[in-house]
Amino acid sequence: MATISSTPSAYAPSARGYYGEFGGAFIPEMLYPNVEELRDQYIQILADPAFQAEQQALLRDYVGRPTPLFEAKRLSAKYGTRIFLKREDLCHTGAHKVNNTVGQILLARRLGKTRIIAETGAGQHGVATATVCALMGMECIVYMGKTDTERQRPNVERMRLLGAKVVAVTSGSQTLKDATNEAIRDWISNPVDTHYIIGSVVGPHPYPDLVARLQSIISEEMRTQLQEKIGRELPDYVVACVGGGSNAAGAFYHFLDEPSVQLVAVEAAGKGINSGHSAATSVLGTPGVIHGSRTLLMQDEHGQITEPYSLSAGLDYPGIGPLHAHLGSSGRARFISIEDEDALRAVAELSRLEGIIPALETAHALAALGQLGAGPEEVVVINLSGRGDKDLDTYMKYAEALNSYA
Amino acid sequence: MLPQTMENRISRTFDRKQDRLLNIYFTAGYPKLHDTVPLLQALTEAGADLIEIGMPFSDPLADGPVIQQSSSVALANGMNLYVLFEQLKEIRATVPDTPVLLMGYLNPIMQFGMENFCREAAAAGVDGVILPDLPLLEYEDEYQVIFEKYGLQPVFLITPQTAPERIRHMDTLTNAFLYLVSGPGTTGSANTQAAGTQEAYFERIAGMNLRNPRLIGFGIGDKASFDHASHYANGAIIGSAFIRALEDAPDAPAAAKQFVSSILH
Repeated sequence: MATISSTPSAYAPSARGYYGEFGGAFIPEMLYPNVEELRDQYIQILADPAFQAEQQALLRDYVGRPTPLFEAKRLSAKYGTRIFLKREDLCHTGAHKVNNTVGQILLARRLGKTRIIAETGAGQHGVATATVCALMGMECIVYMGKTDTERQRPNVERMRLLGAKVVAVTSGSQTLKDATNEAIRDWISNPVDTHYIIGSVVGPHPYPDLVARLQSIISEEMRTQLQEKIGRELPDYVVACVGGGSNAAGAFYHFLDEPSVQLVAVEAAGKGINSGHSAATSVLGTPGVIHGSRTLLMQDEHGQITEPYSLSAGLDYPGIGPLHAHLGSSGRARFISIEDEDALRAVAELSRLEGIIPALETAHALAALGQLGAGPEEVVVINLSGRGDKDLDTYMKYAEALNSYA
Repeated sequence: MLPQTMENRISRTFDRKQDRLLNIYFTAGYPKLHDTVPLLQALTEAGADLIEIGMPFSDPLADGPVIQQSSSVALANGMNLYVLFEQLKEIRATVPDTPVLLMGYLNPIMQFGMENFCREAAAAGVDGVILPDLPLLEYEDEYQVIFEKYGLQPVFLITPQTAPERIRHMDTLTNAFLYLVSGPGTTGSANTQAAGTQEAYFERIAGMNLRNPRLIGFGIGDKASFDHASHYANGAIIGSAFIRALEDAPDAPAAAKQFVSSILH
């Protein structure tokens, strides 16, 4: 397996963590020593051969990497273009999230931390964190909005089975934003022994860069696999869903400096962009500070952060990572937003055409296929970020609609 | 380094009094939207030496449950920066000398505009600003010029983990006071450190012979904790415990006076 490279990119953050005008580290003084320690050490630790050897062994033998790149021929026939699926849904724990938690738990150990905290929305990051904590014998506390604990019950049970303590967060909207607030408050209260494993490319510098680097294995493998399958490393399109943006960051990473590759980020429009029930931050967001990062976020005229909505618990975050805010504002990435109903339609479609039940988050990326305008000779890679088992309750609730689509 | 002699209500207050200064925090617009100014007046009359007015934010990361709750109530009451500055317009007619500081988070101010914010604050007679999520570097790069233009003092937080050179640097950037966070935790959290840990930290900072006076905050809530903190600094800051005292009070200003009296006497 190839090593995770750290090729300098035009889209790499500045020394202070800025991607264009977005990024930085807007954190209370209580977090400064922790974030500073991480900032001063992460690049060196990630580049350390002993770290890489351990990380690569785990990614191969435990996570199951490299994940396949599967040519979806029936889906391709339907959309009149050549579609490949990067099967992150086949990772251990069922989503790409574990790429990041494997790296961060090894990092935490090297920093001498003994206690791990995490936030989670859909529960995939929480499960991925609980999994690596079990593997390493470390204490694990996962903050999850109470609303999300109810709509993603199986993931709560998985985390508990793995030995993690799941804290149901009852402040604010009781979803991902509030779970992140509580995790940050925990870190403020436990500054010495605790490492905070953020699950997405959000938060204060260096988290967006750290998580993007740990997820960049996705696009690194894509290049190698495309070379094998189509004789060239570069596709014409790379498509990924964006909540905070970790799977998209990983899928885009090694294509950022390849202008021929169109990067397509797909957000959740919820019930519609203008419905007041949406999570399409690139459209509805304005610059501000959320969770330690200057980025685009959904807020009212007074700078109060508003409640996002999506049927998928993993996409209803009111911000996006600063890298994505920059990719959007600079025009490097194209942003598309997909409504709940179209995402459900894509769930049915992939299930019936390819025998793969995607996560509801991932289905948003699939639903963008019709809007790409990709030609018959063009190659589209969709990052299949997660599998749909966790969404079965939701799918059962909408069974009639799902069957009618098929 | 700022001129040592720069005069402001905060430094004048510390010139007059060095011990047992009581700084009370409350959330603007709590418990009722128009309680802000009556509370400010009542606290001053009762003997509070400095007042911090919290600007409510939807996602107050450094705050514990009590201030989270008061912030939600204040926002639901309709508090925002436009309303707050309207309320504060006349405060110097009735509260001429007591330093008033605004405390809050960066995002609402960014939307209001930092320059607009500083101009309005200065015009209302506000003396200082505490923004826990505004990092030192960003302050120096982007906002120091604006703060100085309007004569506003920034107040920086120090924690047990803050490096000495960083503390010394903060000390050069303000003529107000340094805010010693009593220990790890959000506002209102109890001290869970091993016996003597907190005191050793307070003494270490006291021994640095800093230019600015020091006030201790976070977890100070009654006469005993106020007296204890005051032993190691020039005084202390009380927030969550005061908010709790207002929670069910039929008459907020009366409750405020009673609370201050319970701390000082």
